[in-house]
Amino acid sequence: MKRIPWTLVVFAVAFFVPWLGSRFYTFIATDVAILALFALSLNLLLGYTGLVSFGHAAYFGIGAYTSAIMMKTLGLPFWLAWPAAGLAGGLFALVFGFFCVRLTKIYFAMLTLAFAQIVWAVCFKWNDVTGGEQGMPNVPYPSLGWMAAIPGLDGFRVGDRFYLLTLTLVAIAVAALRRIVASPFGRILTLIRENPERAEFIGIDVRRYQLAAFSIAGIFAGLAGSLFGIFNRGVFPDFAYWTKSAEVLIMTILGGMGHFWGPAVGAAALTILNLQITAYTEYWPLILGSILILLLFAFPGGLVGTTVDLARRLRGGTRGNGGRDARRP
Amino acid sequence: MPEPSFIFGQFVGGLTASMFLFVTAVGLSLIFGVLRVLNFAHGSLYMLGAYLAWQIMNWLGPGPEHFWLAALGSAVVVAGIGAAIERLLFRHLYGREELYQLLFTYALVLVLADVCKIVWGTQQLSVSRPLSLSGGTTIFGTLVPHYNLFIIVLGPALALALWLLLHRSPAGRIIRAAVLDREMLGALGANVGWIYTGMFALGAFLAGLGGALVTPVKTIVPGMDVEVIVEVFIIVVIGGLGSMWGTFLGAVVFGQVLAFGILLMPRFSIFSVFALMAIILIVRPWGLLGRRLTR
Repeated sequence: MKRIPWTLVVFAVAFFVPWLGSRFYTFIATDVAILALFALSLNLLLGYTGLVSFGHAAYFGIGAYTSAIMMKTLGLPFWLAWPAAGLAGGLFALVFGFFCVRLTKIYFAMLTLAFAQIVWAVCFKWNDVTGGEQGMPNVPYPSLGWMAAIPGLDGFRVGDRFYLLTLTLVAIAVAALRRIVASPFGRILTLIRENPERAEFIGIDVRRYQLAAFSIAGIFAGLAGSLFGIFNRGVFPDFAYWTKSAEVLIMTILGGMGHFWGPAVGAAALTILNLQITAYTEYWPLILGSILILLLFAFPGGLVGTTVDLARRLRGGTRGNGGRDARRP
Repeated sequence: MPEPSFIFGQFVGGLTASMFLFVTAVGLSLIFGVLRVLNFAHGSLYMLGAYLAWQIMNWLGPGPEHFWLAALGSAVVVAGIGAAIERLLFRHLYGREELYQLLFTYALVLVLADVCKIVWGTQQLSVSRPLSLSGGTTIFGTLVPHYNLFIIVLGPALALALWLLLHRSPAGRIIRAAVLDREMLGALGANVGWIYTGMFALGAFLAGLGGALVTPVKTIVPGMDVEVIVEVFIIVVIGGLGSMWGTFLGAVVFGQVLAFGILLMPRFSIFSVFALMAIILIVRPWGLLGRRLTR
């Protein structure tokens, strides 16, 4: 029996969300798609290279501000602003990462956090360019009039059209990420995660590879940030704050960093749960914190890791290791 | 050139801020020194200390010197909470990767923030200064409230007391041994488990005390936890994580950079402390007075 290409199935199903006709579903789906890309970009560092970045929101924020400034202040089109956001995220990650990869473990995490806070402070205070504390509201949508020419899309609201654009762009970006982790370059990153000393011994310039991974993760975070700024109808300093970095870490861990799709599942689960729970109670952080504690103690492999493990056990195979095989083969 | 009295005023203002933060920061630093974990929830314990001080003041009713009881009482309660968290939850994560420990402390930030909201609501609360320190004295043309003077004296006194505890007491000897090599200490028969609990409680006590002491000069609001953790985090990184005098120096530097940064770059003073922190991490990751970690 041939394996079902689940990835394609998911994207195909997701593509038809606007046809459900509900503004709410489209809203959730856009949110999930963008945050999934953000979480997947972090996992290139966390799950594949073994670098714990506590400041990944910096590049998300930089991407968001770059495209917002280009589209709102300079009036440039989206097809220029979006790649520019990725470029800006990648360039800043290259500069900051140059210093970060020189440090080990906890100090690496702290320096990424420090740089993210610098980005936040600049966004927060540079009123003339970033709008300061008030952020930049009313970032324009890209012009999507051309979509009306496509049969079947003419009746759609701008939110639905933006969703289709987002989904397409996210799909392309994720496909690129998938290619990267499956490439020889990606395998070297895994090797570095498993045993940096050994990688060094066989002649790999560990820092350079880590820096490359850091920059690539910055590019994709920037691309996600750009989309989020438009989706959110505004860009705010909070995008780069340390709590945002913690949020994306939680998504990644919740889904499971040992699996390529784990972070995307985590992003979807957390976003949908958030929307469901905030309808009943304002104490979402309390519930999120409790889920996180439960997760850390009971399901260290995350949702995907635990499911994979369970499926394996049900099939009567050997006992899995919490889906962490990608981390510890 | 600004007037000398103005410069002195900035200096005293910066020093006051430093010493307020030192009380909390040194707790974070001590916990890191022994447990090797960055406790994001330290700011939450600080906020808890502030709310509890207000609560105890409320229970005691108006009294000129009830503040001291409230501050001490709240710090003791926070220490108890810290010890409970360490005993019941945190110790199960010691064998795990740092990432999980960091995320656990972040989960505590989320939970404690909401617990405070549920118990005390979202309105601003404030505590009045103790009567004995309500006045002020003019020094070099700057009016310094007595309460601020008290804090400026308390900071070094606390540092000295902690130094005595760490370097001149039997308990301190064990703690310092735990900082150097906890495996060896365990092998030598010390009860490392209780040392950890004790350190966590002491750190929590200092966080709670810092939060309680700040109530007469700052209103108690939700969000003060996330705000203060960033500040004490910068302080301990500048001074050196795990180093007591380093934290003291870090606090002084932080206060002065902020106080004079406002004069030089009115808008970007907050930027300057983050930049300082990044530079320290790049040049000397273990901080000004910290010890280079061998592991």
